[in-house]
Amino acid sequence: MSRNPLRDPNDRRLPAVAGPCGMVIFGVTGDLARKKLMPAVYDLANRGLLPPGFSLVGFARRDWEDQDFAQVVHDAVKEHARTEFREEVWDQLAEGVRFVPGNFDDDEAFDRLRQTIHELDELRGTRGNHAFYLSIPPRFFGDVIGKLKKHGLAEERPGTWRRVVIEKPFGHDLASARELNDVLSEVFPAESVFRIDHYLGKETVQNILAMRFANMMFEPLWNSNYVDHVQITMAEDIGIGGRAGYYDGIGAARDVIQNHLLQLLALTAMEEPTSFDARSLRIEKLKVLESVTLPRRLDRATARGQYAAGWAGGVKVPGYHEEPDIPADSRTETYAALRLEVDNRRWSGVPFYLRTGKRLGRRVTEVAIQFKRAPHLPFRREATETLGANALVVRVQPDEGVTLRFGSKVPGTHMEIRDVNMDFAYGGSFTEASPEAYERLILDVLLGEPPLFPRHEEVEQSWRILDPVMEHWAERGKPELYPAGTWGPASSDAMLARDGRAWRRP
Amino acid sequence: MSILEDTDAAAVAAAFVDARRAAGSPAMDMVMTMVIVVPEDVAEDALHAARDASKEHPSRRLGVILGSKRGPSRIDADIKAGSGTTGERALMRLTGEVVEHPESVVLPLLLPDSPVVVWWPTAAPEDPASDPLGRLGSRRITDAAQAPRARSKALLTQCHSYAPGNTDLAWTRITPWRALLATAMDDVEEKVRAISVSAEHVSPSADLLGAWLTDRLKAPVTRKRSRGPGITEVVLTTRSGDIRVSRKDGRLATLSVPGQPDRPVALRRRGIVELLTEELRRLDPDDVYAATVRRLRRDAARSQGAG
Repeated sequence: MSRNPLRDPNDRRLPAVAGPCGMVIFGVTGDLARKKLMPAVYDLANRGLLPPGFSLVGFARRDWEDQDFAQVVHDAVKEHARTEFREEVWDQLAEGVRFVPGNFDDDEAFDRLRQTIHELDELRGTRGNHAFYLSIPPRFFGDVIGKLKKHGLAEERPGTWRRVVIEKPFGHDLASARELNDVLSEVFPAESVFRIDHYLGKETVQNILAMRFANMMFEPLWNSNYVDHVQITMAEDIGIGGRAGYYDGIGAARDVIQNHLLQLLALTAMEEPTSFDARSLRIEKLKVLESVTLPRRLDRATARGQYAAGWAGGVKVPGYHEEPDIPADSRTETYAALRLEVDNRRWSGVPFYLRTGKRLGRRVTEVAIQFKRAPHLPFRREATETLGANALVVRVQPDEGVTLRFGSKVPGTHMEIRDVNMDFAYGGSFTEASPEAYERLILDVLLGEPPLFPRHEEVEQSWRILDPVMEHWAERGKPELYPAGTWGPASSDAMLARDGRAWRRP
Repeated sequence: MSILEDTDAAAVAAAFVDARRAAGSPAMDMVMTMVIVVPEDVAEDALHAARDASKEHPSRRLGVILGSKRGPSRIDADIKAGSGTTGERALMRLTGEVVEHPESVVLPLLLPDSPVVVWWPTAAPEDPASDPLGRLGSRRITDAAQAPRARSKALLTQCHSYAPGNTDLAWTRITPWRALLATAMDDVEEKVRAISVSAEHVSPSADLLGAWLTDRLKAPVTRKRSRGPGITEVVLTTRSGDIRVSRKDGRLATLSVPGQPDRPVALRRRGIVELLTEELRRLDPDDVYAATVRRLRRDAARSQGAG
């Protein structure tokens, strides 16, 4: 590529367009494929970021022809794409759409897939480069990976690549995560496995690194001298919807804390990487995850809950047990909170509180750095009565941005100090139309740039952290109920109160 | 919207603050000031385009209409802020002696610290960097294809006065072409021996594309005339055949590379809002444009010498 005289590192208008390639999606009938993956592929094409000849192959158990699948993609794109629908972009894409019907254990189907891919290399110039996106339940991973291997679909001939993309959950505990990895690593080398954590594709999450390491004024405060504690929240206002089959038995901690929240913790707490390439980032993230420890008394440092029927946002909603297909004795937690410590010089003594849940007060994801109070206040006591601690909040979604909370004099009073917000809204200062996380991630898969994808070592570390909590809970009977539409169970508030702190209302 | 007659910069600044306060949001989250120097008849269109581009880069937009120099000095302004748009705008009509000193009106209205972009949607000064308004900007955007007079010369004029921070939208227009050609060349090992660019008769973009290609590929370029719209075909000739991108309808192109199947590629001509948005994304000087401009200038001098 360096030989191409039309490329110049100074030429920053030219976008990073993926080289000739195609993508095969397993499980094209699923929600994720229709609502996120296909629209993201179209949006990339519309932004001119896909190579000419890019091909999209669908694989599913449906009696479809190529044109039936093309119609499905067309409808999905029209309904869900972020950018405007344009005929010429569709014309470009449609020519490379193929469908292969079959089961995940059907040799004949995989043979057809091999032929299809070969044909695309000839007709569309995809040149043997293909990504396999497994948008399917993890129990089928083994089958599909095995068949890919058996039919020579995972083989990289010199100068070509084959990559595999998987979605969470990456196992349900340390042992199963290792099993999954064994299956994958037997067929694909580590650098060809892309684990999608769509949170890491979000602009605001990447901005945590920009904010910390591109500026002078935050990093000096970013340690136990000034920070009292950190709260990382991912709250959803919805219930489990139709996902009973997936959710029951998994629960909030495995579904969210293991991946999203621990990744957010890693980005918030890690040391400065030597550069921003994938390897350096991974080293620092792994280092900080290795320093994470659980408190000794898990009963005092964790909380869990299950939502009960209630009123959420003016709507009467059912409790977890009343949701369809949930067994009456289900102990699956829909709310999980825990306190973690990061045992290194920077963070010693600063607790990290993580919480997530469904049917909470509102939908919000944020990282809040709560600072210590000033050691001395040269004001009358009444003057600072309403003054809280300073806080820096990274709002991941919605309303992406950064809030800085600090004290300010109330105008007109003699000297009264109250908390105010200084606000940076992402949508205000930059694009209203920032790319979807999946666009960024799919493009990175095709470009082979892995900085935003967690590697297996990180997944193992996160299960190492979470496994004892899950075992502890398994021995303790049922989770505490909390009314839908509130901020979680009382035990969670009590957990912070014991430390002399309180959850922010995000 | 508030209208100020026979006013000055201080009153315009105060009107901005009032409008923001009335909208309930005195916060300023604008990232740049955009000065738009524009004739009356296209002022509204230009400000609308700037507003739409502003969705990606919230800005204070200052439209400046330079009227007749005769008569008493006078500034009229209408101001919009806070009501459902990002950023804020003022359109100021200058007449009389103040027309000679427009920078004195604009200077007090620049946002603190943030970058200033000056855009001439149609007629541009011969040397934007030394223009009184152009001097205020770190980025100066002209559009040779919209020059009202001597359109075939407009680009060359801009090339001769090039200074770091200048760009022309004719250059912005060819980014998708350049991206596609670069992608096509990724797999080509051979040297390109000849280049041809076909486009309608007057096309500053085609001139720039030819200059860029010849500068990078070190091969001679032939400019061919076609019916358009815009650029219709680029051919890069190598020993084993032609790499060809042809676009007859301004919309969908066909990419042909020797030994590979022909492929359709969406290559739509973009509107002014998309062009501006791209232009505002990076505010540092464009080195590749500078090199292309140098090449165009040298080749023009050579062909003139020969002729």
